[in-house]
Amino acid sequence: MHYNSVIEEKLAVSTSIIACVFDGGVALGADSRTSSGVFITNRVADKLTKITDNIYCCRSGSAADTQAISDIVSYHLAFQKAETGEEPSVATAAAVFQELCYNHREQLTAGIIVAGYDKVKGGQVYNIPLGGMCVEKKCAMGGAGSTYVYGYMDSNFKENMTEQEVKKFILHLLALAMSRDGSSGGVVNICIIDGQGPPRKEFYIGDQIPKYGI
Amino acid sequence: MAGVLATERTLPGFSFENCKRNSTLLQQGFKPPTAQKTGTTIVGIVYRDGVILGADTRATEGSTVADKNCSKIHFLADNIYCCGAGTAADTEMTTMTIMSQLELHRLNTGRPVRVSTAKQLLKQLLFRYQGHIGAALVVGGVDVTGPLLYSIHPHGSSECLPFTTMGSGSLAAMTVLESSWKPDLTEEEGKVIVRNAIAAGIFNDLGSGSNVDVCIIRKGSVDYIRPFDIANLKGQKQNNYRFRRGTTGVLSTRIIPLVTESEEIKKTEVESMDTSA
Repeated sequence: MHYNSVIEEKLAVSTSIIACVFDGGVALGADSRTSSGVFITNRVADKLTKITDNIYCCRSGSAADTQAISDIVSYHLAFQKAETGEEPSVATAAAVFQELCYNHREQLTAGIIVAGYDKVKGGQVYNIPLGGMCVEKKCAMGGAGSTYVYGYMDSNFKENMTEQEVKKFILHLLALAMSRDGSSGGVVNICIIDGQGPPRKEFYIGDQIPKYGI
Repeated sequence: MAGVLATERTLPGFSFENCKRNSTLLQQGFKPPTAQKTGTTIVGIVYRDGVILGADTRATEGSTVADKNCSKIHFLADNIYCCGAGTAADTEMTTMTIMSQLELHRLNTGRPVRVSTAKQLLKQLLFRYQGHIGAALVVGGVDVTGPLLYSIHPHGSSECLPFTTMGSGSLAAMTVLESSWKPDLTEEEGKVIVRNAIAAGIFNDLGSGSNVDVCIIRKGSVDYIRPFDIANLKGQKQNNYRFRRGTTGVLSTRIIPLVTESEEIKKTEVESMDTSA
């Protein structure tokens, strides 16, 4: 029994995630660590999950729960798109996420940030933390690592940043979070959604991640 | 207890009789039987033309080895195989269930099933049971999109990776994969890495042992090699330790004749009394 403890522990996306609006769209960022107890089961996880063409979400909490919810929301939005022929709005996506997270709040461990771009309201970010609340924000963070960098976010986040500025902001913020939080780490994933063509995903490895302190 | 007059009729629905009995037994300190766990090492890698899956062959029951040569690489479809770790019964049943669903899907669509379909069916089943089905799986296969490898955890989360390992020996196996896997491996290189990863589990993890099974899935063909390697070959004895006849010298000989006494008991028919008047 004792040697099975590694596989029996529930998988957690112990995380640092962030999403914020910038001039022209939204930017999402996440580390890449998935762990089971003290064992890192995936060091290159992709926590920026596609929901529709122009809506993504950042997942934190239980890997199984957040994947299942994302799958269900993608299904509902794909269904809506097929019926109406129009791209679902980010607010709709967030509402479906909230519905699931709130109704099953006793059984779920899921902290999700929904971000995306639609023609009506442009770039939007919705934060849905553990209890199933839903708030629209300009900049939202989540996961264990985020607690270390609220000060950084408050002092450095500006509305209407350029794409270059927002990427730098997220990269530095996640670098700080990952260096202080043991349950965050790996590479930095960033996704830019601005409605101009498909979302652009990029990642930063090793030396590309800034080092702070010693 | 109805007896002869009325025929006995069982009540419909579940019988909860045993629940009370079981809880009483539990209170009295009775240990309920535990399911067989496969303390396991399973790995999967992607190489140039496909995927290679590997597994050890030990099944354990607590600290006892229940099966020294069990098979942990399961068939899902012609182009998809699946390694299972965790509760042996659960891995067996989940793979069997999904295997039949995939076959029906193949017959309905008329094309080979995709690996991602298998992954999605498995994770949805496991998520529905909230981790009570103790199956940790490595699913590998080749489909129209190319070679694909997924790992699925008992709670229903999945990830797509170029190399992965699961089970109690995964820590040992991962060290081998992390140090020797590289993109665009040849089949021969891949097989060696998978063997070494499983061997690391066999030698360093108590829950894993015996042989190495390997399954190579290419586009259009599969090689299931069982056993691929016997990690613990019994050593040959260097010497024969039996004494040859005549090693001990005979000093004297005495023959004692055996006298047999025999006794014979014969059974005779009892004479019947004449009862006629």
